Amino acid sequence: MTATAPDGEGFAIAPDLPPLIAEPPRRGRVATFVRRHPTIVLGAALLGLMVLIAVCAPWLGTGDPQALSPAKRIRAPSAEFWFGTDSLGRDVYSRVIYGARTSLLVGIVVALAATVAGVAVGLVSGFVRWLDPIVMRVIDGLMAIPSVLIAIALLGIARGSVVNVIVAITLAEFPRVARLVRGVVLSLREQPYVDAALACGSGGGRIMLRHILPNALDPIIVQATYIGASAVIAEAVLSFIGVGTPPTVPSWGNIMAEGRALWQVKPYIVFFPAVFLCITVLGVNLLGDGLRDMLDPRVAKRA
Amino acid sequence: MTGYILRRLLMTVPVMAVVALFVFSLLYVAPGDPAAIIAGEQATPAEMQRIRASLGLDQPFVPRFARWAWNAVQGDLGVSVFSATPVSEMIVQRIPPTLSLMVLTLLISIVVAVPVGVVAAANQGGWIDRLFMSAAVLGFSLPVFVVGYLLAYLFALQLGWLPVQGYRPPSGGVWEYLSRLILPALALSGGYIALIARIARSAMLEVLSQDYIRTARAKGVARQVILFVHALRNATLPIVSIIGIGVATLISGAVVTETVFGIPGLGRLVVDALLRRDYPVIQGVVLVFSFTYVLVNLAIDLAYTLLDPRIRY
Repeated sequence: MTATAPDGEGFAIAPDLPPLIAEPPRRGRVATFVRRHPTIVLGAALLGLMVLIAVCAPWLGTGDPQALSPAKRIRAPSAEFWFGTDSLGRDVYSRVIYGARTSLLVGIVVALAATVAGVAVGLVSGFVRWLDPIVMRVIDGLMAIPSVLIAIALLGIARGSVVNVIVAITLAEFPRVARLVRGVVLSLREQPYVDAALACGSGGGRIMLRHILPNALDPIIVQATYIGASAVIAEAVLSFIGVGTPPTVPSWGNIMAEGRALWQVKPYIVFFPAVFLCITVLGVNLLGDGLRDMLDPRVAKRA
Repeated sequence: MTGYILRRLLMTVPVMAVVALFVFSLLYVAPGDPAAIIAGEQATPAEMQRIRASLGLDQPFVPRFARWAWNAVQGDLGVSVFSATPVSEMIVQRIPPTLSLMVLTLLISIVVAVPVGVVAAANQGGWIDRLFMSAAVLGFSLPVFVVGYLLAYLFALQLGWLPVQGYRPPSGGVWEYLSRLILPALALSGGYIALIARIARSAMLEVLSQDYIRTARAKGVARQVILFVHALRNATLPIVSIIGIGVATLISGAVVTETVFGIPGLGRLVVDALLRRDYPVIQGVVLVFSFTYVLVNLAIDLAYTLLDPRIRY
């Protein structure tokens, strides 16, 4: 028997009221997002522009970035060679545009690889108590070596190639993620919902991946963005000092390295790749700052 | 507190051991046979074997590592494959330029970054704050060598105020010495200033929200005094810590800066060694830089424990 109110009518179900806060129209929502998170939008726009340039490199009026024309060496920027030519007569514009591919590839792959490696190590270290001190000492040791030096040391035993550069930078960067993830795991491990999951019979792996990892995702995403920015710089640095990507693969770093000898008389060879490099890194850093502020508003007020 | 200091000292042992192990493994897996290089091309296999035995190269990993580490502790980092001079000698020669560059960078950074952070915090949300923090993002994003070239182009090539590159020891005159360090130090300090200023700002905001600041303000203490005396003193710990942690960035940056400005320091040494595959030199420099970094942070931690009576572990 169903309970009825004294006056004989059924339960009064909440009437259909209009929502207190009206769902904003779609275009308004985009505008609101832009207004609230200008850094994310600006950063994403700059990065998007670079991605677009990298993807569309062959259709942007570029020639073969490797084509040598010794007769047209060291030409200043002109209508024919927008960014001039280098000491081997290669078109700097084509090289810079194709260089975007190398830099972005390294940045994105390192950000992903360092994050995956760091998350794996951090989760295990934070969760397996007896392993934690050992893993952390190794991480401390790796973090005591300045990152460029780790990469330099590794590239000393393996010839410079895009893959080796990616591996070297990843190894230098992943300890930061591992530290971060471990810290988050240690604090989340004490949460009641983890006890609840344990009581329900979930195993360690399931708890880590289904319960802890999703809650640790925000800081990981932010950190991954910053690592992408560091990786783009690191690739440029390594190529600039001559141990990164080989000269056959144009990258902003090695274009600058080639312009180094001539920079006092022909500064444009160094200048153009530098501008692209700065815009890219700035875009990624802005994206990271914006994401941090959006995902953790408490930090946003202070930092 | 003695217990804490002892623990903190002990903590550096495994860190340094990991660094040493990493650095040694590099040489162990490095291609090429040092014995072949030392023996020369005319050497017979028997001679090679003898040299290998005398260097201990025929032994397994652990004894070799032990021997190498024992030598390293005593200051013997091996011999350069390229020039046959002891690595430690080469490193000692290259220390003054790098140290000068880093100390000057450190001074510039602290002098600029701390006031910037304090003023930004005091004007939280205002246009000064936004300006400074935007500049900080820029400082993070402009790679050291880009800033280096820009400064060198402007102040050395165009304006002719300062020399383009090179290094002169201080014995050749103070201006000769300093003028060649100013541009590299400025280039190197960009990212470091950004790092310190950000932390200084957030540390100050934390402190400024505390009650004793309100009390000071209520009793009429001047704004500047509140900021730079009352608040800054209590915001020192995070600022000093980040200065120590930032030394790693400084070291990485020095390697590049020395290349841009042609400074014959440790960074240039490691880059040249790398291009020649001179592994003992690479090892030595990585080891020296890493140990310096660990020791700087150790010193900061210990100094802070001694100076701040509130810290009791």
